Amino acid sequence: MTPAAESLIRVFVVDDHQLFLAGVRAELGSAFDIVGQAGDVESAVEGILRTKPDVALVDVHMPGGGGAAVVERVVAAEPDVRFLALSMSDAAEDVIAVIRSGARGYVTKTISTDELVDAVRRVRGGDAVFSPRLAGFVLDAFADAQPAELDPELDRLSGREREVLRLIARGYTYREIAAELHISVKTVETHVSSVLRKLQLSNRYQLTRWATERRIV
Amino acid sequence: MVPISRAEATRTPRGGGDAGAGGSRPVFARSSNDRVIAGVAGGLAERLGVDPVVVRLAFVVLALAGGVGIVLYLLLWTIGRAETETRPAWRAGGDAQRTVAAVSIVIGVLLVLRSMHVWFGDALVWPVALAAVGSAIIWVRVDRSRSRDRDRNGRANGLNGDRSGAAGATTSISFGRLAGGGLLVVAGVAVFLASNISSGTVGAVLVALAVAVAGLALIGGPWIARLIRQLGAERTERVRVEEREEVAAHLHDSVLQTLALIQRSEDPARMRALARVQERDLRGWLYRRDDGGGDGTRNLVSDAVDAVTERIELAHGIRIDTVVVGDRPVDPRLQAVVDACGEALTNAAKHSGASVVSLYLEVTDDEVTAFVRDQGAGFDPDAVPSDRRGIADSILGRMARNGGSAEVRSAPGEGTEIRLDLPRSDA
Repeated sequence: MTPAAESLIRVFVVDDHQLFLAGVRAELGSAFDIVGQAGDVESAVEGILRTKPDVALVDVHMPGGGGAAVVERVVAAEPDVRFLALSMSDAAEDVIAVIRSGARGYVTKTISTDELVDAVRRVRGGDAVFSPRLAGFVLDAFADAQPAELDPELDRLSGREREVLRLIARGYTYREIAAELHISVKTVETHVSSVLRKLQLSNRYQLTRWATERRIV
Repeated sequence: MVPISRAEATRTPRGGGDAGAGGSRPVFARSSNDRVIAGVAGGLAERLGVDPVVVRLAFVVLALAGGVGIVLYLLLWTIGRAETETRPAWRAGGDAQRTVAAVSIVIGVLLVLRSMHVWFGDALVWPVALAAVGSAIIWVRVDRSRSRDRDRNGRANGLNGDRSGAAGATTSISFGRLAGGGLLVVAGVAVFLASNISSGTVGAVLVALAVAVAGLALIGGPWIARLIRQLGAERTERVRVEEREEVAAHLHDSVLQTLALIQRSEDPARMRALARVQERDLRGWLYRRDDGGGDGTRNLVSDAVDAVTERIELAHGIRIDTVVVGDRPVDPRLQAVVDACGEALTNAAKHSGASVVSLYLEVTDDEVTAFVRDQGAGFDPDAVPSDRRGIADSILGRMARNGGSAEVRSAPGEGTEIRLDLPRSDA
């Protein structure tokens, strides 16, 4: 879906584990232009603002505030940089915090190289990247009965969005979801982006609680 | 005497279990291990469910009221023949109500005795009662925190519940108790002095008393403060050491063992499986401990799923991507679905040829739904080899027996997805 003629996507990698940094560089080096790397929040913010990459891969857990701090500070100054969160951790509140600070997707570090390349392209194209695990977190966060005062526009998932998330959680690719629901891949992407927006803007109790526990809001 | 024995009578059902072991069921058994004179107070405290200190102070106060306390003690000494080992009831907690009740009874008895003129005089009994209450406030607390320490040392590697929290709370409360109790003791002494000395010298006596208290505070205060601080520091240190030991033990049992296994393993698939299982285990240990109760007794659906998937990953060298939505404590029906998922996963691992299998399990208040999906070889459900049919049948049968259903979707070359549905309660 990415035009072949497009110039190499410029990628910045942020992770405090040198081994992982080296691994990602080796894996993605042939597909993308790796413009820089950093191992802590300060140098990451500085490096990203200087190199202005298309996509920044950020580790969720890092000393000095974690991926959320990097995303928050860069997005304020340079809204064109897109973020994809990577993590070893399964803790829902950490992942949700990074997404709420502005990242457009989340994948676990056990992801295959092909999937990671695909995810970076997708984020670059302005889409959201939901791994099965993130889809599960979101379904959990938007589950349970809704208090009346919530904004239905932001605090509720539509039936279709729920269906799409369930299929992602079941391990379906966007193309397979499109075939399953008899809709276009573009429509699937629209649904996922809409869920991302709700995830970032909703004031739902769950989300707010997760975020405040991490002192994000 | 009368009010106390009535209080005992109402409590007999509870205390009977310990005290009536000998068959003769004495009113109460004297304590063989918790004694100052004959173990009467210790035994009575066990029976009443209050701190022995409270009982002893009650005897002292009653002794001053016309010697009733002494008579009572001797009487109880003769009634309670058997000596047994007592476990102070206050260690089990929840003694506050009983203590208040016991103190109220003593005060009631005092008032009755006073109206009967069995009395050594207001000027003596009331100040002593006041001081006794103050003393009880201090000592009941101190006794308890000391015994709690003993408990902890006794079971060094027991449950690691709310240790640090309890330690901190005890320290801060005992400061308050010390101050409050001390104030009451001082007040008791002051009242005693004031009412036993002619009014002209009251002022001078109070000044002298204040000076004496200040002197005592100067002598004992820093020592007591240091003692309490030391106690807190010791506790914190002990908790820290225990936690370190626990972490070391866990890492040794899990991570180091796995690393050793991986070094000796020649098979990449097995190494991957080992690494993955270890990763999941370690991650669970690191991130899930403080989730809910934090007491390590968690038994959620996701735990059950992890146990099943771990076994299959290790046995078949595949990766299982698991997503659980609506996690909650396991019940038999949920466990049945998890087990059925295990069969479906094993099936996929054996026959699909795929290296990754997805498991999605969603629990709501009404039902549980699970999907096991692989993108491997697939098969035609209408014309399947008998071995697969058999496994599919066993999953279907298992679900049907529990009142649920299973559905297999597959086609050659397009992978397989098994869907499991089960209502949460019997319809």
